[in-house]
Amino acid sequence: MSIPVLMPALSPTMTEGKLAKWHVKVGDPVTSGQVICEIETDKATMEVEAVDEGTVAKILIEEGTEGVAVNTPICILAAEGESAADAAKSVSSTASESPAPKAEESPTAAKPSEEQKAAPPAPSSPPPAPEPEWSGKTVRMTVREALRDAMAEEMRKDGNVFLMGEEVAQYQGAYKVSQGLLEEFGDRRVIDTPITEHGFAGLGVGAGFAGLRPIVEFMTFNFAMQAIDQIINSAAKTLYMSGGQMGCPIVFRGPNGAAARVAAQHSQCYASWYAHVPGLRVLAPWSAADAKGLLKAAIRDPNPVIFLENEILYGQQFEVPDDPDFVLPIGKAKVERAGKDVTITAFSIMVGKALQAAEELAKHGIEAEVINLRSLRPFDTETIVASVKKTNRLVSVEEGWPFAGIGAELAAQMMDHAFDWLDAPVKRVAGLDIPLPYAANLEKMALPQADDIVKAAREVCNR
Amino acid sequence: MARPATKPKADTLPGKSKSPQAGDNSVSPEQLKTFYRDMLLIRRFEERAGQLYGMGLIGGFCHLYIGQEAVVVGMQSTIDDKDSIVTSYRDHGHMLAAGMDPKGVMAELTGRSGGYSKGKGGSMHMFSREKNFYGGHGIVGAQVPIGTGLAFAHKYRGNKNVSLTYFGDGSANQGQVYEAMNMAALWKLPVVYIIENNRYGMGTSVERSTAITELYKHGEAFGIPGEAVDGMDVLAVRAAGEKAVEHAKSGQGPYILEMQTYRYRGHSMSDPAKYRTKEEVDKYRSERDPIDHVRKLLLEGKVADEAALKAVDAEIRKIVNDSAEFAQHSPEPDPSELWTDVLVGA
Repeated sequence: MSIPVLMPALSPTMTEGKLAKWHVKVGDPVTSGQVICEIETDKATMEVEAVDEGTVAKILIEEGTEGVAVNTPICILAAEGESAADAAKSVSSTASESPAPKAEESPTAAKPSEEQKAAPPAPSSPPPAPEPEWSGKTVRMTVREALRDAMAEEMRKDGNVFLMGEEVAQYQGAYKVSQGLLEEFGDRRVIDTPITEHGFAGLGVGAGFAGLRPIVEFMTFNFAMQAIDQIINSAAKTLYMSGGQMGCPIVFRGPNGAAARVAAQHSQCYASWYAHVPGLRVLAPWSAADAKGLLKAAIRDPNPVIFLENEILYGQQFEVPDDPDFVLPIGKAKVERAGKDVTITAFSIMVGKALQAAEELAKHGIEAEVINLRSLRPFDTETIVASVKKTNRLVSVEEGWPFAGIGAELAAQMMDHAFDWLDAPVKRVAGLDIPLPYAANLEKMALPQADDIVKAAREVCNR
Repeated sequence: MARPATKPKADTLPGKSKSPQAGDNSVSPEQLKTFYRDMLLIRRFEERAGQLYGMGLIGGFCHLYIGQEAVVVGMQSTIDDKDSIVTSYRDHGHMLAAGMDPKGVMAELTGRSGGYSKGKGGSMHMFSREKNFYGGHGIVGAQVPIGTGLAFAHKYRGNKNVSLTYFGDGSANQGQVYEAMNMAALWKLPVVYIIENNRYGMGTSVERSTAITELYKHGEAFGIPGEAVDGMDVLAVRAAGEKAVEHAKSGQGPYILEMQTYRYRGHSMSDPAKYRTKEEVDKYRSERDPIDHVRKLLLEGKVADEAALKAVDAEIRKIVNDSAEFAQHSPEPDPSELWTDVLVGA
């Protein structure tokens, strides 16, 4: 059997090249791996090695030939036991033998349907069953305590859950969120790390691949920028790249957004950064009940979860269901206040500001419906659309920057799903498009306040 | 290809290596034959991958392991199937040495549904939970904290296993590598860092990129012991590997092995190769080839004759041909695969 050797491509974009030099001549024996010729393009040169063994039966392209198309037969090898003359005769059109069957050739559903393209399922996947109203006993606790209890309960339940981060153990947490955990679970499961975000985020991802369930605390999400490669390239993408084999059950949590007077490098909202990424879940609790129910859900979830807390909320008190099995569904927004005139969406600390604004609006005769988004990926478009169908007006509130922010996405979602129900353009209230200033007056002006929300709501209501 | 048992048999053959590390090493004739076979499989597989790339059947980036076979084959012979492995994007050899099916690897290279990642990962991103092979990572150095995390999981679970974390001389200048080394030393994690020093990070030589070119010393700041090993000599690799693995498994923490090796091919398939001379490449190929070295040992030690080696060649050729055949006929992934595996349970 004669074996044709084809002109190889050096890169996916190469279509032709020069056959610069032959290292063998007719009659020479060749072995696997032996360099038989050199080819050149304007970018690169390469030695072509024989893959098969045999004897050179015929050279089809002389050295020095320019413009040899990729996959053109350049010589013929005679296999063992075959005469070179026979092999040379059997030259045939072998080049186009086995190109990859292209997806387009498949007769049915070769491409995603238009509908699929228009509404990718990832961010707005079907929402889980609605959250039942809690009718049982509640206890009053701070967001800080709720987060701690959520971790403690899940650590008691599952020996694979552990907490690591800067100052989480002996110091009891930079913001005292992990108070008492070292005492209860010991230093095997509550681990102080060096200040090395990229390193310990990656270490956590490796432990997650191995089947543990790490909770990685960032002292603030501002520092997680050091680690964002591991979060996105390793944690979020590996399940897909492994064809579903290698999931990473991990929670990255810590305070996000502005605190108070810590200036630009310590005051940034990362909600839209992470919400942009398929393969992640992104949660942003407001109340202590959100914090507890969602953190427990995050720890139990088999996927990487970004859990955006807020430093100012840590000390605020809320009623929390008194039940170790209380867990909130991921992907479900919550209507915090019902109203008929305008829908206001917010997440994290801005939910409080939105509720404050709603009180003020009531004085002007405007009944605002306030929706606590809670889950930014998956995004509960359905709850918001249902509200907008009732109010016909939407104000989006977020602390982060407006450009390509959560509000921008919301406005686009409304174009897709609620265009005919809107009586006014979607209005965004967001942090100013500047690094956050330090001075008290400037800081206040740069962050959304209840007054800004009131103003925006009155604008869309035209009163 | 299963990992061979680590204990040398009684009828041992002296390792005829020039390398001092191999001086006290001895392996059984069977082991030596297995080394030959396993290295040859990688060599022939990679040659075929290069050919399929040239035919346009493999796309994107494709980084071949030719020349470095002794490193992974020697190291894998020192561990068992509960130990973990992670490496960079030059990963085909590691997968074959870990016992992954050549058909599944080649079909992933061609982007077909029969590939290890169903065609969604490609050359640089392949995994096997079954073989404890954790990838295949495309970001230079990212696998080092991940491999350290695999070691963390071994320690957390209290088992006596080790993480073999492979990376190149190029990765050795990434910051996260040293963040990981610090934690591994601090917490005495069972990890062996195997630096495959093939002398060039893409087109930049170690001398032009690295202040201290003795890479095995790079853990000194953390008290991590290290040694340089002749990475073209599978017996030297195995001897050093056994020592390092024992160190890590016995609770003494991480260990660094700098494997001095050489890649014959370019960084990836599209490599202009202007940064080194042809003479340099030829010298390695003709004088230091790891497969020729073992072949010589087998023949001189009368462990195998030409006919026996020819039979091995034929067996490997069939495996590689079958894998190429499979990789060209396995169908492309169904369009429905676009939306699967983004999240677990969603």
